[in-house]
Amino acid sequence: MVSEEEVLRIAELADIGIGQEELPPFTRDFNAILDYFAVLDRVPAGEGWESGIANVLREDEVVASLPQEEVLGLAAAEDGYIRAPRVM
Amino acid sequence: MARGASRQDPLNAFITLAEIPPRGPGRLSGITVAVKDNISTRGVETTCGSRILEGYVPPYDAHVVDLIRNEGALIPGKTNMDEFGMGSSTENSGFGPARNPRDPERVTGGSSGGSAAAVASGMARMALGTDTGGSIRCPAAFCGIVGLKPTYGRVSRYGLVAYANSLEQIGPMATTVADCSLLMDVISRYDPRDATMQNRPYLPRLDGDIKGMRIGIPAEFFGKGVDPDVADRVRKAIGVLEELGAVIVEGSMPSMEYALAAYYVTCTSEASSNLARFDGVRYGPPSDYKKQWHEAFQEVRIRHFGPEVRRRILIGTFALSAGYYGKYYGKAQAAREHVREDYARLFRDVDLLAGPTMPTVAWKIGGKSDPLSMYLADILTVPANLAGVPAASVPCGTVQGLPVGLQLTGRAFEDELIMNAAYAYEQAVKA
Repeated sequence: MVSEEEVLRIAELADIGIGQEELPPFTRDFNAILDYFAVLDRVPAGEGWESGIANVLREDEVVASLPQEEVLGLAAAEDGYIRAPRVM
Repeated sequence: MARGASRQDPLNAFITLAEIPPRGPGRLSGITVAVKDNISTRGVETTCGSRILEGYVPPYDAHVVDLIRNEGALIPGKTNMDEFGMGSSTENSGFGPARNPRDPERVTGGSSGGSAAAVASGMARMALGTDTGGSIRCPAAFCGIVGLKPTYGRVSRYGLVAYANSLEQIGPMATTVADCSLLMDVISRYDPRDATMQNRPYLPRLDGDIKGMRIGIPAEFFGKGVDPDVADRVRKAIGVLEELGAVIVEGSMPSMEYALAAYYVTCTSEASSNLARFDGVRYGPPSDYKKQWHEAFQEVRIRHFGPEVRRRILIGTFALSAGYYGKYYGKAQAAREHVREDYARLFRDVDLLAGPTMPTVAWKIGGKSDPLSMYLADILTVPANLAGVPAASVPCGTVQGLPVGLQLTGRAFEDELIMNAAYAYEQAVKA
């Protein structure tokens, strides 16, 4: 059973925000879903995860990209910089 | 901009109606191809069904959009979807639910519900959808059209807004197998910008000859939760394949027991990381820059993300958090390996697997109120995504007037074989 406090803590970690009125239904649904996930405890222990696929690496090459102005134009920008909330 | 159902779009199949012109004559000349709203279109708003991307206009086209425009397709608009693809009904759209053309009080299925509704109602001849856990096949089944989730790595995802990278693929939807096959042919051209892509283009082979083809029927595909009338309809369709010369083989897929849980742990974990980019800084409605980072970030996300998106981010963050990683994510990957092994074992003996696409027909809008009951509807479609194998849904009649889909699953890179069996079935029942 995950408590409302724990749901609040995870919401904080995930930066999704959570309203007081949403907390009880979110916690209830969250626990119902975790109960369902308990079926994973029955997964037979194997040799561990082996995907059978390999990484393919390539040389790092410079290729054409989108113009900077066009991409920055999507953000709230000021004097050529992206404006972001305060970090300190 | 006005959103929701309108006179031009009574089913709310589109989030944005916009005529994106073709770039050249080709095999799609004169054909309309609707594009799901999580696939980037240069100069045309791309919202992913989310308020958090309202007003976002991509500066580039997705590779698949390039390909269809170069082949002469006209794009009539961007189709409605569950927010970021998270849902099985298109009710989770930030712009209102899409409606099923067969019965507007019912869901289209999801998450590519707008694409399916657009094609089934004739607003577009073909459509592109995306399928992370059934999002092409489910709405194809519910709206009575053909849809293919291609083999993982067969269609470039450059320009697709990511939700769960290890699972999702872009794929074709159309009213006929031939159209679906043609669109798959066009979109499967190599693109080095998707590092998971392999240069193995789809080569259509629709001759309808399935004599001697071995088709496996795992008992679990007709297990608990599958509506008996739907099961009956699908068994009759398999009977048609048998009459056409296919050899039907009984089988089992024990990993189905935990496939759905493995899927939801995996997709929510990947989503919790992918969706961190929606912070109101680089695109979408801006955050309040005068506030502290976390406060501003949370404010913009609580306001513009719907409840299902926030629920999945929450579950994924939990599944990856210290102390729980082994219990959830680690176990889910072990379960995923069992799903792959089950397919590998089955495909040593048979060429295809057949069963229902969805356990039921389309439900009433608002009919599933708790998230878990919605998740359970995906039980038959998620295994193909976990293993990366191709799977299609082809219409196989109705139950109480509502369409039922026959799901055909094949070996990786044998999408052609699935489409040929679907074609054989379609031609046989049409004749």
